[in-house]
Amino acid sequence: MFDKLESALRYQQEALNLRAERQKVLANNIANADTPNFKARDFDFRAELDRVMQQGRSAGEGGLSLSRTSSRHIAAEGPRVSSVDDLLYRVPDQPSLDGNTVDMNRERAAFADNSVRYQADVTFVSRRIQGMKKAMQPE
Amino acid sequence: MSMFSVFEISGSALTANSQRMNVTASNLANADSVAGPDGKPYYARQVMFQALGQSGGSPGGVRVDRVVEDTTTPLRQEYRPGHPLADAQGYVSLPNVDPVNEMVDMISASRSYQANVEVMNTAKTLMTKTLTIGEG
Repeated sequence: MFDKLESALRYQQEALNLRAERQKVLANNIANADTPNFKARDFDFRAELDRVMQQGRSAGEGGLSLSRTSSRHIAAEGPRVSSVDDLLYRVPDQPSLDGNTVDMNRERAAFADNSVRYQADVTFVSRRIQGMKKAMQPE
Repeated sequence: MSMFSVFEISGSALTANSQRMNVTASNLANADSVAGPDGKPYYARQVMFQALGQSGGSPGGVRVDRVVEDTTTPLRQEYRPGHPLADAQGYVSLPNVDPVNEMVDMISASRSYQANVEVMNTAKTLMTKTLTIGEG
């Protein structure tokens, strides 16, 4: 029963995770708006969500890893904290002299867009949970 | 909870930008100083920002790498023969601070600061929303 509950919420959960991740990337772009040679980054949300839904989150760098005290221990890795596989670079439309590619207008717009979508996702999850609660109520 | 690191990222930008503002304030305050504490003329200072990365390649904010003195721009020379610090020709060396540059830098720093505060506020709102999932 619980895996059914989990799978009912999984899509929204992964979407929220990715939205939070994107929020972080965009916040970093805004934070580095004046750093010379900084390249603005982002990822393709739709592609990442598709990938996460199909293959699950990739294990790799940045996850919880097992510390091995003997060479005969089996290596193991926990789930990766960051679920994004490849961060892409933005193509600047007005390159600046110091090599920075952050376009503040674009970043702020993307940030606002991402925040609203995050809120929408939160609402969807809540409604979903309410619906399931209702279905489980004894009459 | 990965949203928490938004606070770290934007917080680091706030620190970096306030330090930039400090340096600007110092430059403007010393625009007419004839001599620094060591007796030598004051050179305009500038902060160097550096992007930070966290382990695992995820973004990690910004920090002030170092504060550099601008020694390439020549000092302002003013003819004041009666001044105690005037050289043999009667010229006094004044700091190479350009007030226009400093004002522009100040406005840029304060705008960046504001933008990062807004990012933090939005992140806070989203996190409080997240905590209410499943309520009601």
